[in-house]
Amino acid sequence: MADSKIFKIFRFNPQTDKKHRFDTFKVPCRPGMTVLQALNYIQENLDGSLAYRSSCREGICGSCAMHINGKYRLACETQVSHLGSSITIRPMAHMDIIRDLVVDMTPFFEKLKAIKPYLIPGDPDEGAERIQTQDERAYLDYIVDCILCGACYASCAVNGYDDEYLGPAALAKANRFLMDSRDKADEQRLALVSDEHGVFRCHTLFNCQTVCPKNVDPTANIANLKRQIIARQLNPKFSKKGI
Amino acid sequence: MITSDVIVVGAGLAGLRAALELNRHNVKVAVVTKVHPVRSHSVAAQGGINAALSNHPRGKFDSPELHAFDTIKGSDYLADQKAVLKMTTEGIERIYELEHWGAPFSRTEDGRIAQRPFGGAGFPRTCYATDKTGHVLLHTLYEQALKFEAASERADMQIFDEWFVTRLIVHNGTAKGVIALNINTGEFEIFAGQAVIWATGGSGRVFGRTSNAYINTGWGMCVPFYEGVPLKDMEFIQFHPTELYTNNVLITEGARGEGGFLLNNKKERFLANYEDSAKAMEMAPRDIVARNMQREILAGRGVEGKYIHLDLRHLGKKKILERLPGIRMHAIHFAGVDPIDEPIPVAPGQHYTMGGLDVNLNTESKIKGFFAAGECACVSVHGSNRLGGNSLLETVVFGKIAGEYASAYFKDGGGEDVPVSFLNQILREEEDKIEQLLKSKGKEKHSAIKHELGEAMDSGAGIFREARTMNASLEKVKELKERYRHIGLNSSGRIANFDLLWALQLKGSLDLAEVILRGAINRQESRGAQFRTDYPMRDDKNWMKHTIASWKDGTVHLGYSSVDLSLYKAKKRHY
Repeated sequence: MADSKIFKIFRFNPQTDKKHRFDTFKVPCRPGMTVLQALNYIQENLDGSLAYRSSCREGICGSCAMHINGKYRLACETQVSHLGSSITIRPMAHMDIIRDLVVDMTPFFEKLKAIKPYLIPGDPDEGAERIQTQDERAYLDYIVDCILCGACYASCAVNGYDDEYLGPAALAKANRFLMDSRDKADEQRLALVSDEHGVFRCHTLFNCQTVCPKNVDPTANIANLKRQIIARQLNPKFSKKGI
Repeated sequence: MITSDVIVVGAGLAGLRAALELNRHNVKVAVVTKVHPVRSHSVAAQGGINAALSNHPRGKFDSPELHAFDTIKGSDYLADQKAVLKMTTEGIERIYELEHWGAPFSRTEDGRIAQRPFGGAGFPRTCYATDKTGHVLLHTLYEQALKFEAASERADMQIFDEWFVTRLIVHNGTAKGVIALNINTGEFEIFAGQAVIWATGGSGRVFGRTSNAYINTGWGMCVPFYEGVPLKDMEFIQFHPTELYTNNVLITEGARGEGGFLLNNKKERFLANYEDSAKAMEMAPRDIVARNMQREILAGRGVEGKYIHLDLRHLGKKKILERLPGIRMHAIHFAGVDPIDEPIPVAPGQHYTMGGLDVNLNTESKIKGFFAAGECACVSVHGSNRLGGNSLLETVVFGKIAGEYASAYFKDGGGEDVPVSFLNQILREEEDKIEQLLKSKGKEKHSAIKHELGEAMDSGAGIFREARTMNASLEKVKELKERYRHIGLNSSGRIANFDLLWALQLKGSLDLAEVILRGAINRQESRGAQFRTDYPMRDDKNWMKHTIASWKDGTVHLGYSSVDLSLYKAKKRHY
């Protein structure tokens, strides 16, 4: 017989509730079970009204970031067996709650849009592929793994008090394009992230680095953006290729 | 009412590529999708995308014609040949375009797009970005969509995410838009347009053991099916050889392309013992490898009697980290195994729907103004068995074509206008349907029906099929359909009601299951992914034809249509 664990889950339905609450569910857990599977069990067997996003169940679509026993993680990649006998789940912070664990990610995506998250090449798109060396591509290795799950954004204390702070995911994306050898919009990109709600707002708390499920390391990406901006202030001829 | 020139349903690779094309033609587009674009299942594609770029030293003499031949042979000759050649020819431009848009492909030593060997291909022609190709391509198209959305010089493009489409609006045989439910408010809206492009992806969740995401319920294929768009070749279901034994998460074919071995419990590379895979071994096409794996397991030579080992250890840590980092994490997260040190437990499972909405090589259907592209559509370029790396190719090639043809259709004036009273009537019908479902208080649980459906499809419509078990599964599906009429919901609110959404989609899964089984039972032959133990040979004389299923008054009717064999003659397949 499988061991049971207690799940305490944040509940809030703006249509009917004035205040949030935590509901407690007892879930039979088998070896290999993930938190997402436990949520499925609750939704299918104990309370169909439980709302949460899910899709790929393999850590690539970014639907199911949530606060699980004190840390932001993907529910689908988190083994229940690693969590102790009582598991508390809350929605991501700094975003309005739509229902239960579903939050409104509009501000997260608006900030992503603000950094122009697309390649801005110098030359027109013609002919075969642009040449990019393996080393140039290697710089992008972990950054392009970002799945836009929002875990970093929710974990960032700065996002908590500055509504306009761009946040770790958008800034990491800015660095991803800045450092792409094919991109030719350095000045424009750095200008977009260097105001008071940009990279210098970051307090280097390392929360984003700690929670990122894909090892994107937004902290290091933000540090590089700061370095690029300052180096250009000190030496107008500085080029990113010089590093 | 939201009005646009063209409505695109679905925002995976095919839907986004179609939307970008419409925008290029200065046509106003509304993209309606039940999940945020980057949550679409295209994101989970791993191994790569095929095109004869000839970047690999062993691929110097590759060409679109050879790519087409491999695809047609792989399809067991059920693919429409001119459509395949169109895909392999235009595919080259589409790959370069993705690169121009910023897709971070892995690179060769001379800085070109890297290519790796894949099953059933004469040359290494699968372009890749480590083992996260779908992820980087989907994010690239999403980035372009954001760029186009923000740009002011062309017609509007707007993405409506977390809107669930419940109905295709067809008036006098012409598609005029959709009805969709805003998941987060529970309110309905009419999306009216002069044309509709459908790009809702696959339907793997009709089965129990599948690599597909939860969202691939089959509902997307059923909405147009109910309104008169036929489904083609639905019995052809791809079983991917290497899904993680524990939870069916995909382990890319690229793992074998990079040199991985499949081993039975005697540590033998058993593919050598089968005539159809003796030469190509791990690089034989998916239908053949999956069957021979299943034969090993059935013969008692599976590891622990249940699965096969995918051994990557001899590739070395460096290559695994460089080229297969994603599947390494899957094995660690979901099987507790690090492929650097241990073999991965794998078994075949449902992976891809070769069939789909019946369209021609211009993505047009029999309903005027209705176009479809990607996995939800069937052109057919995959016939009865798809080659790995061709599905991503299909999405971008035919996504673009759909955008192009829908633009032309719109600029030609589209269909005749639809009266607003008609739109409002359809909207009321959908409202009533949802209200009724929300009020349903029956004894049956839709989640239980879903699980039983998965088991019935796994056992009856799996790798090895025969009339007896398929008929038993069909009976089961009919029983489940009856029980579905008596389900009860335990959540009645309108906001983010996932209970409602899963219940609604289950109807699609059930109807699609019937289409799959009926087509499979009728087709008395073995071809590509369909292997019948009671009819083990391919029968070109009687069955070189597409199955066409139509929906009339709530029942499924089967018919057939011809295959385009104008380029290559059908031969027996050996690898």
